Amino acid sequence: MINVQDVKKNFPIFKHHPDLIYFDSASTSLKPKTVIGAEKEYLEQYSANVGRGLYPLAEKATEKFEAAREKVACYIKATDSKEIIFTAGTTSSINLVAGLLSHMVNDGDNIVTTIIEHHSNFLPWKELAKQKSAKLRIVNITQEGELDMEMLKKTIDARTKIVAFSAISNVLGIINPVEKMIAAVKNINPQTLVLVDAAQAVGALPVDVIKWDADFVACSAHKIFGPTGIGILYGKSGILETLSPVTFGGGMVSETSAQHQVYEKIPTRFEAGTPNIAGAIAFARALDYIESIGLAKIRLHEKTLTAHAMKRLNAAFGNAINILGPTDPQKRGGIISFSFAGIHPHDIAHLLGEENICVRAGHHCAAPLHQALGIDATTRISFSIYNSEEEIDKFIEALQQVKQKLKI
Amino acid sequence: MSNASIYHDLILDHYRNPRNYGTLARATHHGTSNNPNCGDKLQMDIIIKNGIIEDMRFSGSGCAISQASASLLTEAVKKKTLEEAFSLEPQKILDLLGVTLSSVRIKCGLLSLETLKKALRRKTTK
Repeated sequence: MINVQDVKKNFPIFKHHPDLIYFDSASTSLKPKTVIGAEKEYLEQYSANVGRGLYPLAEKATEKFEAAREKVACYIKATDSKEIIFTAGTTSSINLVAGLLSHMVNDGDNIVTTIIEHHSNFLPWKELAKQKSAKLRIVNITQEGELDMEMLKKTIDARTKIVAFSAISNVLGIINPVEKMIAAVKNINPQTLVLVDAAQAVGALPVDVIKWDADFVACSAHKIFGPTGIGILYGKSGILETLSPVTFGGGMVSETSAQHQVYEKIPTRFEAGTPNIAGAIAFARALDYIESIGLAKIRLHEKTLTAHAMKRLNAAFGNAINILGPTDPQKRGGIISFSFAGIHPHDIAHLLGEENICVRAGHHCAAPLHQALGIDATTRISFSIYNSEEEIDKFIEALQQVKQKLKI
Repeated sequence: MSNASIYHDLILDHYRNPRNYGTLARATHHGTSNNPNCGDKLQMDIIIKNGIIEDMRFSGSGCAISQASASLLTEAVKKKTLEEAFSLEPQKILDLLGVTLSSVRIKCGLLSLETLKKALRRKTTK
């Protein structure tokens, strides 16, 4: 079991805000001392550039940066660290894939995504399809709030070039059966390339890119106790080797003259410019931190909190509350989005914010999903290792007061 | 709830008991606005005679700030001239609401002004 009081001691923000109840980790997580320390150490003690200098400080920076790459590779069970490209985050990673695969998509092809996607895994495909006169096919959810697997199978055909979907929905909280989905897709068309948006999954469930058989996986550090501005794109080496870079600059050519150039091997080929070195090193430290607690413990903790919150919400507010997604906490990550009859999410979030309870309101960058559900906006709470059942109880009390204040 | 809340009595009153709520069958001007990001919606019906806002109603749904702001605005502009209504600045809305709004909530507060100005530009076809 996770001891929340002990965990909170690792997070300096609670010294500044002792009464903080932070229920917005799905947006970005709080940062532990050790991660902040890793960044600080680089910046203070060896802040040289990577892959370029020949002096000891530069060698140290390069070593630590490449060790971070290795760490991420191990964490997601990639076969080789050359399959890990450092990016600015999940959004950058997905946009990168759209750029890298653009040449493969032609008039009359199709790209498949789902109605539950975050805009970062929806808009790049919408734009790519438009540019290349391809079709964008969108898989719906069932009444139970899960992805329609039958519909997924029906949308794949010989001209499906790319399929992109998330491992855990940032709105519904549903955990998609990634391995099954990819197997189903490749069974129909083995040439289709599949990208998994693992932004919400990496800190919540074991991610095994080999087991998944994913061609690309994107995730961010800042959702799993790391800093903002850094993430990765995993790509199968067999595929990355065949791709040409789309961003050009320093560090990604092995030979160049005014007339010609030879691009570097993977992944360096795709990492033009000076990367977020401090961020990458801190990212690896965040993964160490997760391992020190244990992913299984984290998952159990989030599931327990989710079950408790759903129970209390339903008991306190009955039919006034509509929680999106499946009713079974087993099928969900630590994310709950709900609508509250007669009370607008902005008002809920603002009033709770005045009580130091941080929740998210709006469409959470998933407007197509909200439109499909006929809802303008929802309130979202999301949990992490620094949250407790007591905090949920305080949230319920505060929400009751909001109801008193605003109910017409 | 804390004393520093922006949800003070005036706003809550206008949210729970909106003034001039409804529609006008004989409206000479009509406008709608919405904030698709959060679902705040407002509609305004106005009767303008001889350059004066004779009567006005609003309807809509959304957060307390957006709806209270509309209610307060309808009270403020009745009997004003067209020019006076057109020249209303965002600060006027904030003065009516009696609060400082963060950059995130400003859109909610100013939706009413946007709807009003749209309505003033749109004569109904009668």
